[in-house]
Amino acid sequence: MHLTPRQRERILFCLRGFAIAVLLAILLGPIAWIFLTSIKPLSEVYTMALLFEPTLDNFRAIFKRPFYVGDRLLNSIAISGFTVLIGVPVALAAAYSFSRFAMRFKKSLFFGVLATQFVPPIVVVLPFFLMFRQLHLLDTWTGMVWINLSIVLPFAIWMLKGFIDTIPVEMEEAAMTDGATRLRVIRDIVIPVTIPGVFVAAIFCFIFSWNDFLYALILTRKEAVTLPVVLSTFYTEEGDRWELMAATGTFILLPMFAISYFVQRHFVHGATQGSDR
Amino acid sequence: MRDRHLKYLLTMPAFLLVTATVIYPLGYAGIVSFMDWRLSRSRVPTDFVWLENFSRAFLEDPSFLNSLGVTITFVAGSAIGAVVFGLLIALLLARRGRGYSITRTVLVLPFAMSPALQGTSFRFFLNPEFGIFDAVLDALFPFLSHVDWLGSSGWAITWLILTDMWHWGPFLSLMLIGGLLSIPRDTLEAARVDGASAWTSFWTITLPQLTPVLAIAFVLKTIFSFKMFDYVYLLTGGGPGESTTTMTYYAFRMGFTAYDMGYASAIAFVLALLLVGVSAVYFRLLFPKGGAA
Repeated sequence: MHLTPRQRERILFCLRGFAIAVLLAILLGPIAWIFLTSIKPLSEVYTMALLFEPTLDNFRAIFKRPFYVGDRLLNSIAISGFTVLIGVPVALAAAYSFSRFAMRFKKSLFFGVLATQFVPPIVVVLPFFLMFRQLHLLDTWTGMVWINLSIVLPFAIWMLKGFIDTIPVEMEEAAMTDGATRLRVIRDIVIPVTIPGVFVAAIFCFIFSWNDFLYALILTRKEAVTLPVVLSTFYTEEGDRWELMAATGTFILLPMFAISYFVQRHFVHGATQGSDR
Repeated sequence: MRDRHLKYLLTMPAFLLVTATVIYPLGYAGIVSFMDWRLSRSRVPTDFVWLENFSRAFLEDPSFLNSLGVTITFVAGSAIGAVVFGLLIALLLARRGRGYSITRTVLVLPFAMSPALQGTSFRFFLNPEFGIFDAVLDALFPFLSHVDWLGSSGWAITWLILTDMWHWGPFLSLMLIGGLLSIPRDTLEAARVDGASAWTSFWTITLPQLTPVLAIAFVLKTIFSFKMFDYVYLLTGGGPGESTTTMTYYAFRMGFTAYDMGYASAIAFVLALLLVGVSAVYFRLLFPKGGAA
């Protein structure tokens, strides 16, 4: 069969369009289905119906006894929030130091920090469980923020160092020649320039601790339980309450949407930067 | 303050936190793995038992050996699967144009989605009576309509891998798109003028140029596959039988349902050593002669 180049191009174009449609269906379908289920009336939850009378009953149900998703939501927000508030400044200080100063063992130290991410969480969670029991930190915000910092810090340091590396050092040097102290340089020059990077790092850190499941499952019981852990409590004796899970899931998804918008701007742009020749 | 002191002062909080959250527990787990410690009977470790926990795992416990096999299957399947899926997405979307860049924005969503939520919802989607995945698959492949996806061991591990691929593939594709777009267009153009088919230029130009990025994506994915826990817990519960019980999940069960802390630590430690070994081999291959990363 012989095709002119133009016909060929058209066929390829259609095939690509079809492939993209399939891809979008695979990636967005599950997310959309969770959201749809959360607003379905109970009678429609276990059907494939796309047309139904939307309802907020499921959302009302999860905030009541015995699930109290409101409290869990607060826990999730507080734990992720404090993790970011503590983690990002600490990471920024370390990242600046790694980026700007000559240090003995700098490479091994930096690599060591990243290598902690190779350690499977299940290895450290056992000792943490025992340690927290002794320190009375089980089932508390403090304990959860502490353990979440271990997930977030190496990543944030790595990300922020990369960001600071791209800022020319000349401005800082000029200011220091004029007599500014290092701390003043950091406060007045470095921090303002780094704000966009800090913002992206903060978003990533928030998502990572928001999505943490294993640590929260083992280290919380009642008071500090977070949203992802609540999901498993919907496997109840009367059966699996899928509609309630979907409603809770919608809350878990919310920051993801807000956040992925910014991340995409940074990531997709960053990843393809300089390639548009 | 002098820079000489400041530079250490600035790294100190991060260093202390990282040490306190990883190095100390790691050492602690190492010690406990040589001890006999049933939490139900004693609040502190009872006896130093040398390598008994390890010999029990490798010599007397078929469940442990099973979990080792499941872990290797899962890691190999999900690492290869996610990278290939990512590559396919990247090849499709690494093009200039508004439509493509809008589609690319969607790629970060699966990665940002909570794995716990993904595990629970995929479990429902796969339900043979009212699951959406099941309904769609039955419509597309009627000969599979009798399959209970999470009820047979072969399909359960397959879905564990597919679930993980859904989460990671699109994210890895973002890395690969960056790599693809940086391949000079002139090279591809020249190959086309010389009469090379799309297929040939993929194998001779695109793939070799992309190898470094592919390698990094593969290493990254392997490490995270070893650590995976959420999907086993919420999607399959380790079953049916023990067909999806990975080492992470097995260590969790030993520690927090059997309360056998010594044995659980030993299993977790074997996993950590396995991971260190695999990463060491990778880094040798990726950065020969111990060069800088």
